[in-house]
Amino acid sequence: MTAGETARTGADGNGGGRTVSRGARDERRLGLWLCAPAAVVMLLVTGWPIVYSVLLSLQRYDLRFPGRRAWIGLANYGTVLTSGFWWNAVWVTVVVTVVSVVIELVLGMAIALVMYRTLTGRGLVRTAVLIPYGIVTVAAAYGWKYAWTPGTGWLAGFLPAGSAPLTQHWPALLIIILAEVWKTTPFMSLLLMAGLALVPEDALKAAAMDGASAWQRFRLVVLPLMAPTIYAALLFRILDAVRIFDDIYVLTNGAQNTSSVSIIAYHNLISGLNLGIGSTMSVLIFLGVSVVPVLFVKVLGASAPGQDRGR
Amino acid sequence: MRSRTPGRGTRAARAVPDARQPAGGRVLPALAAAGALPVLALLALGTLAGCGSGPSGPPAVDLYNAPQEHMAQIVRRCNDAARGAYRIRLNTLPRGADDQREQLVRRLAAGDHGLDVLGLDVTWTAELAEAGWIREWTGAHAAEARRGTLAAPLGTATWRGRLFAAPYNTNVQLLWYRSDLIPHPPRTWSGLMAESARLARAGEPFYGEVTGAQYEGLVVWFNSLVASAGGTILTPDGEHVALGPSALAALKVMRDFSRSKAADPSMSNTKEDDARLAVEAGRGAYEVNWPFVYASMTSNRPKLARHFRWAPYPGLNGPGRSPLGGANFAVSRYSRHPDAAFRAALCLRDPESQRVAAVEDGLPPTIGTVYDAPGMDRAYPMRQTIRDALRTAAPRPMTPTYQNVSTVTAVTLSPPRSIDPPRTLGTLRSLIGDALESQGVLP
Repeated sequence: MTAGETARTGADGNGGGRTVSRGARDERRLGLWLCAPAAVVMLLVTGWPIVYSVLLSLQRYDLRFPGRRAWIGLANYGTVLTSGFWWNAVWVTVVVTVVSVVIELVLGMAIALVMYRTLTGRGLVRTAVLIPYGIVTVAAAYGWKYAWTPGTGWLAGFLPAGSAPLTQHWPALLIIILAEVWKTTPFMSLLLMAGLALVPEDALKAAAMDGASAWQRFRLVVLPLMAPTIYAALLFRILDAVRIFDDIYVLTNGAQNTSSVSIIAYHNLISGLNLGIGSTMSVLIFLGVSVVPVLFVKVLGASAPGQDRGR
Repeated sequence: MRSRTPGRGTRAARAVPDARQPAGGRVLPALAAAGALPVLALLALGTLAGCGSGPSGPPAVDLYNAPQEHMAQIVRRCNDAARGAYRIRLNTLPRGADDQREQLVRRLAAGDHGLDVLGLDVTWTAELAEAGWIREWTGAHAAEARRGTLAAPLGTATWRGRLFAAPYNTNVQLLWYRSDLIPHPPRTWSGLMAESARLARAGEPFYGEVTGAQYEGLVVWFNSLVASAGGTILTPDGEHVALGPSALAALKVMRDFSRSKAADPSMSNTKEDDARLAVEAGRGAYEVNWPFVYASMTSNRPKLARHFRWAPYPGLNGPGRSPLGGANFAVSRYSRHPDAAFRAALCLRDPESQRVAAVEDGLPPTIGTVYDAPGMDRAYPMRQTIRDALRTAAPRPMTPTYQNVSTVTAVTLSPPRSIDPPRTLGTLRSLIGDALESQGVLP
């Protein structure tokens, strides 16, 4: 933390032998006291629920059988990890995440370039692009649902008569991905546009002088310079996409094997009232989601935008 | 099943507090602790708000019921009849049965005092009773609820021999057919398939509409076929899987029907309303469905309605056993005015209330005498067939884990044309066995 670093540099700067001055120590203690309430509140509202769900995941606890509550160790994990329904949900989540994030990255980059380079009506273009992101997901999802429902929807009218895409596995999955891409591409392009601002015009001019084509300038100058932003944008979007819930909840609610891990956890926890199995799924999702940023930092060496360590 | 936004909880975890070097001088650390006070004050406020029964008037009884057009009229009559003993407030639940159940069980699990009388689907009795969320009906209230009530609906309100709800309305599916296409309605599923084949050869509409989509309707169909074959899905105590040879026979019928001429190509997407629309549109020659299709046909397609008839639910070899539906009134464990709630529930399901529900909203009564009430002959020309069907109607399995059993059954049987009887039966037995123990995973 910042306070600790400052204290250490202070001690180093003082050449070792002398202790930190009394005033600095008091200030540090005061600082700790001042942030203590915030730390306690954070522990209560985030730490305790996590610990509590881990505790629940080690129990047989179904609200409908309060009398049969018992500690059963890791049995719930065995049940969930051997369930075909769970692995199907994991598969659906991975497919939706990978496909939607890839499309969003490409599309988002194109839109970011357009927004960044637009000369006229810049404000109008940026506002127009941001509209899907401003619409509440559930409202937009209902819009998609009715649009694809035969009889009520305009999109269903383009399909052969009698087809109901939301009632089949792959078409339903494609519609879910489409709704995700439509909703979050603006977010992606906004992040990427911030990255584009990091690329100095001089570097581009120098490259142009050396005879680099537009594509070469983009690939060899722009992309490397904004890599930290791209990694950050990808990290945000992947974490978000893995938790996909509302679009699926409204569009199919998991029918035709389109449950994501969040949906299946919800079905077991809220509809099934099975706190044990449901919490086990929540813990597994939590672990799965925590792997993503670790991989990013370790494998890609990603850093936050603004930090100079970017490759 | 199941607008709520759980699964988004991890967002808060990202916002790690940013500890900064303070710029202040000497302040008592105790003052810093005071920062926690507003949080505590907020918590205290939260517990104070939200309990608002009338200051001095009659006790308010909160009724939570499925959407029903003329419910307000029934409530008004009961409030007048109560003469100040209680005042019912009508709260309408969402339209979908799963959404209704979800709101009720979530609030009951949290010990919500805001619910008094609950309108329950017949399949929820065991679940709510076993969890201790609804009160047993005893003494004079129970006697009143039982008086004149038909046996089949009364059974759906009973769990382990004890009464947990007062039957409000009931329902049975019948065979609805066009007599211009089918002069003599068959009594069995194989007879129906033969009729469809005959009609197809004659170039007439030949589809038979059944609820084949992956949802409760598919379970209802399967359950009635198993019962018609003489078996059950669960043992009578609801603890174990039964699913004997009769289940194998039922699965064969489902597979054969869905692969026969009778099957509509969109069968695996068909719910009650789709079946109704297919017959009204002239695509289907017959359907198995609830009686609401009759009123709909007379108002939407008066020409077809002249030939629109009803017959008992088809069986395998002998007569079939209709699916049994309906709704009951229960009193919440957490009600602050249980006595007023019991009396309010009794009024809401008394003969006059049931007559209004039947004539105005098309909900078949649970009290036998109401079938002979004025107006019933016009609203229910098929009422004798309904009463006959009620004698043998097949209730769905009684178990606290019905939600789980139903979900895994629907998933396993969908789509019906891919049923492989012995293998599907094995899958069903193992998944339902897990579901009964509330140990398996729900899809």
